Amino acid sequence: MAEIRVTHLHKAFGDFTAVKDSTFTVADGDFFCLLGPSGCGKTTTLRMIAGLELPTSGQIRLDGEDVSFLRASQRDIAFVFQMFALYPHLNVRRNIGFPLLCQGLPRAEIDRRVAQAAQTLRITGILDQSVSGLSSGDRQRVALGRAIVREPKAFLMDEPLGALDAEFRELMCEELRALHDRLGATTVYVTHDQTEAMAMADTIAVMNQGIVEQLGPPQEVYDHPASVFVADFIGSPSMNFLPFESGLAAGACEVAIGGSVQGVPRLSEAVARRPLLYGVRPEHVRLRDDAALRAEVIGTEYLGTSQIVTLRTLQGASVRAKVPVRTPVRRGDQVGLEFDAAHVTLFDAGSGRALVSERNSGLQESDHG
Amino acid sequence: MAELRLESVSRRFGEVQAVQGLDLTVASGELVVLLGPSGAGKTTTLRLAAGLERPDQGRVHIGGREVTAFAPALRDVTFVFQQYSLYPHLSVYDNLAFPLRSPMRRQSEDSIRRKVTEVAQLLRIDDKLASPATRLSGGQMQRVAIGRALVRDPAVTLMDEPLSSLDAKLRNELRLELKRLQQDTGATMLLVTHDQVEAMTLAQRIGVLDRGRLVQVGSPQQIYEEPASAAVATRLGSPRINLLAREAMPALPVPAATVTIGVRAEHLRVQPCAPGGVLAAHAARARVRRSERLSDLRLVHLALEGTPQELVSTAPPEHDFENGEAVSVEALQWHCFGADGMRLAA
Repeated sequence: MAEIRVTHLHKAFGDFTAVKDSTFTVADGDFFCLLGPSGCGKTTTLRMIAGLELPTSGQIRLDGEDVSFLRASQRDIAFVFQMFALYPHLNVRRNIGFPLLCQGLPRAEIDRRVAQAAQTLRITGILDQSVSGLSSGDRQRVALGRAIVREPKAFLMDEPLGALDAEFRELMCEELRALHDRLGATTVYVTHDQTEAMAMADTIAVMNQGIVEQLGPPQEVYDHPASVFVADFIGSPSMNFLPFESGLAAGACEVAIGGSVQGVPRLSEAVARRPLLYGVRPEHVRLRDDAALRAEVIGTEYLGTSQIVTLRTLQGASVRAKVPVRTPVRRGDQVGLEFDAAHVTLFDAGSGRALVSERNSGLQESDHG
Repeated sequence: MAELRLESVSRRFGEVQAVQGLDLTVASGELVVLLGPSGAGKTTTLRLAAGLERPDQGRVHIGGREVTAFAPALRDVTFVFQQYSLYPHLSVYDNLAFPLRSPMRRQSEDSIRRKVTEVAQLLRIDDKLASPATRLSGGQMQRVAIGRALVRDPAVTLMDEPLSSLDAKLRNELRLELKRLQQDTGATMLLVTHDQVEAMTLAQRIGVLDRGRLVQVGSPQQIYEEPASAAVATRLGSPRINLLAREAMPALPVPAATVTIGVRAEHLRVQPCAPGGVLAAHAARARVRRSERLSDLRLVHLALEGTPQELVSTAPPEHDFENGEAVSVEALQWHCFGADGMRLAA
């Protein structure tokens, strides 16, 4: 078990900076997700923690020990890759035991650890089967078995579910989280899939263009995004952004958009006149015939429990609303929009930064830069 | 645009019966989605329609004409694959124009330019026409692939998981775009996916496939609200429908033949209830095992008292429960399934 402390980590490949001055700590026993789109630097960060890449500058400490420039084999961590490669000529037991064989452990100790790992993963029944006949789920479990059998200080996982189909991914998410709860080992998990991160993580670090834009528990990141990028990346469908221009005083709790007045959480800071964005999630939009902000229905998507209605305001902004299935709406309808003001976030359109209000003050700052 | 009709088609690969006696008609201008887990026969069905496979039995009709023995090129269909396959050495314009320049349907460069521009505008890639195809992002490449399928107004467009190689955000955007495009052009489309959200949001009708057989065809709403079987009910809806042994909730009035009761998470109401407290009519006692907030809703995992049965219920996100808390769980709606898994009339 270990704490991973990353300070001012920086990685450049020639002219391209993959990771910019990242600082974060993964607490002992934490399930920590590095989340972001492709090219954001999340895999590079993970590979530096693993020792598969060396940082350009900065420091990585594993349980207090500076490992920044140690080889991967000298760090007590296990890496699970996206494409789990098993040895096709070995059976399950030998596949799982292989890393221990390489370490030269005695046979009895290997048997004991393999049996224990198999029990943890609930695959004791298939230990003597050939890996080539296994379902993709069992193959994934064997790959995990090979990682946990080493009893490492930390697990690093690079999109381990990326190659699986959606149905199975959901199941493995639950299984991985349950496994983490049983082992309690520090885990750093890289994914571009926000659903996976939301479902599994204790802490999420949202990365964009080499920078950690926000760090926090999933719910906090969802409820109080620190930037437009985070707000847009997390949540499906994404948050709506209504552009408007205004100067606001500290204490303001209303803004004017498209000839209507909309509520916002009481602002804690003042901003000079500039382009701003009114950010509201689809589940906080309601359709009301008599509301002042008018919009036209562009399309509806039935989801069983709810429906997603896509609208366009008279000002041309696109808005999605998640409303009950029984709400009658048709393409072409003219409706009014009402927002749940308590859950609104205002953003500076230029910098993308969330304005500080009574709802989101005291957020954990991601102390990069 | 034309009607596509598959008439009791079957296809076997060695030991595996991939498609078994499948009947399906896609009306002219309709979008039908085939939904099922991997190995259900979705892609084989699509390939049978395209002519990439020949059926062992049955017939394929396009626009009222039997095409069972026709080669793919003679069927006037287009196929969009999961992995966008563009010509890397051509520009976006030339990729889109390629099917129109086929010797089989000669036409003037003027008319080609008109059609390419029109499709590019629909797909919002008109500013990229001069770029090499490989210079595009994944979403743009897949849009070009879809555009190439639509540019020559085929009788039928077939799509195999066209959005599944894209990330979640792009998938959401392209999904709506694809639907709009289909509505605006009136194209006849048969699309295959394993993603239930994609199926529900895109389809006019969904065909649910299970081990080579079409088990239910209907509107998304019909399939969600009146599933033909427990298997279909499980396939749609997230979180998955709760399937309970009949004895687990004795308070529910059900037909005599009922073996399994299906209750969707949103049709369960969880309320704090002391162990001796009064229960509502269709309720049972339970303990909270775990409560988690997933973005805009809360999932409450429950263990029904006195049974090994576990349940998942949704609750308002702001309503938290303690682990181990005693609650009552009330069913507001439910389905009953018989011994063969088929739904029983209430």
